Amino acid sequence: MSFDKFGKMSYVSETKVADFVKYLEEGKIMATRCIRCGKLYFPPRADCPDDLSVDMTWQELSGRCKLLTYTTAHFAPVGFKDDLPYTLALAQCEEGVKVFALFSKDLNENEIHIGMDLRLTPLPLPNGRITYELKKV
Amino acid sequence: MSVAIVGVGQTPFRRSCGINIRELCFKAFRDALEDINLAPKEIDASIICSAPEYDKQRSPAGLISEYLGLTPKPTFYAESICSSSSTGVKVGYGFIKSKLHDIVAIIGFQKMSEISSAEVQERMGRGADIQWESPFGAMMPAGYAMFAHAHMQEYGTTEEQLAKVKVKSSKYSFSNPLAMYRRVITLEECLKARVIASPLKMFDCCANADGASCVIMASEEKAKKITDTPVWVAGIGAASDTLSTTARTNLNGLTCAIDAGTQAYKMAHIEPEDVDVAEVHDCFTIAEIMAYENLGFCKPGEGGKLIEESQTYIGGKIPVNVDGGLLSKGHPIGATGGSQIRTIVFQLQGRAGKTQVDGAEVGLVHNIGGIGLYGNVTILRR
Repeated sequence: MSFDKFGKMSYVSETKVADFVKYLEEGKIMATRCIRCGKLYFPPRADCPDDLSVDMTWQELSGRCKLLTYTTAHFAPVGFKDDLPYTLALAQCEEGVKVFALFSKDLNENEIHIGMDLRLTPLPLPNGRITYELKKV
Repeated sequence: MSVAIVGVGQTPFRRSCGINIRELCFKAFRDALEDINLAPKEIDASIICSAPEYDKQRSPAGLISEYLGLTPKPTFYAESICSSSSTGVKVGYGFIKSKLHDIVAIIGFQKMSEISSAEVQERMGRGADIQWESPFGAMMPAGYAMFAHAHMQEYGTTEEQLAKVKVKSSKYSFSNPLAMYRRVITLEECLKARVIASPLKMFDCCANADGASCVIMASEEKAKKITDTPVWVAGIGAASDTLSTTARTNLNGLTCAIDAGTQAYKMAHIEPEDVDVAEVHDCFTIAEIMAYENLGFCKPGEGGKLIEESQTYIGGKIPVNVDGGLLSKGHPIGATGGSQIRTIVFQLQGRAGKTQVDGAEVGLVHNIGGIGLYGNVTILRR
């Protein structure tokens, strides 16, 4: 199962957490939890460094989160120039993990304030690609 | 046994240097050896530092050690992106302290103009976690901009306070002939400049440059024969933080800088208020404000006030980046740490000219790789 359809531009095709994309296509945003120590990981990891465990289980996130910080980029790396300006955000999920994602394009920068409630949702892209984005609640 | 810095050198930092990387490094190497009593053949080992993704040459240490006449002595490559040459200095310190080598040359360089700006942009896009953050268009200015918004929210830091860091930088770069930008910039110009990644505007960001630096380190015994004005390494600290933004716990400062600083102060047996002059990694204006706080020059949240009150100018509580800093000198990634060390060595030797801090005895260098990924703090003493 290939991971390289994740995001507008993906650099990684092989990973033990490639099922993340399959779940995303089903409308679910999944984290992983270490069966041994119980620690929750997002983005998902296949290996837990705390107890060197590889016994992980998938867990769906509710998508409910709050904005921690953001920036609107007016300058982009290769592959993202056509999207300018775009707003990158870091949000805290109610499960405790953080998520780094783009704000949905329908949000105006002057509506943004740190601490606002957001929803993390899957976003299908052209050419069969898929990602997730943060939306205003 | 103490370890000293006996020679420092630097090329001008320019947008495009017009020579190749071996010639660029030779220039800095020659500059470092110019007024000290040391023949190149007496150097026992060399550490070559750059960020390899911007180099065309594979394994540049071999090329550069050959061109500098340092073969057959051991040479190798050290990398921690923007703090590569501080990492090199730490390794050099370990070599000398362990008596493996007596005299070590640390040569940092970057020729950003060697590859096209499109290629630079492509590589910069891969500086974030390539699986989970780069696919969203993450890049360096955006990363620091997110710290800036968090800092503004938490402490009330303003865009004017950020701009004042650049105003100071431009004032001092006016006196630094090696700096890329030497024009005095006004507060109004900073605030009106185009936005790069909100709230950071053009003058809040440093620019890529070509350049090289060289630091020659020696054991106490050798140092005293090489120069009458050795500068002693009093403290070295280094730490790392997560590459991924999602795993960070502190969004108002750089934890790796706090950790590296704590280690360096402890090793040097000093407190932040004992530092007479500092070079901090101002790749963005917010980075300098966070550095004030992370190094203990002021309390957390008071960095904006410190620049507002001009306390980091010469004559203030703690002069910072009186050579213009990265914001005005330019940032040739692998050369930057060595350039910061050169500035502090000159200050402690009383050779800093128009920007000399009177009676400077203790100096500090804060050099960061990535967005708070690698933290390095070096404390030097006269």
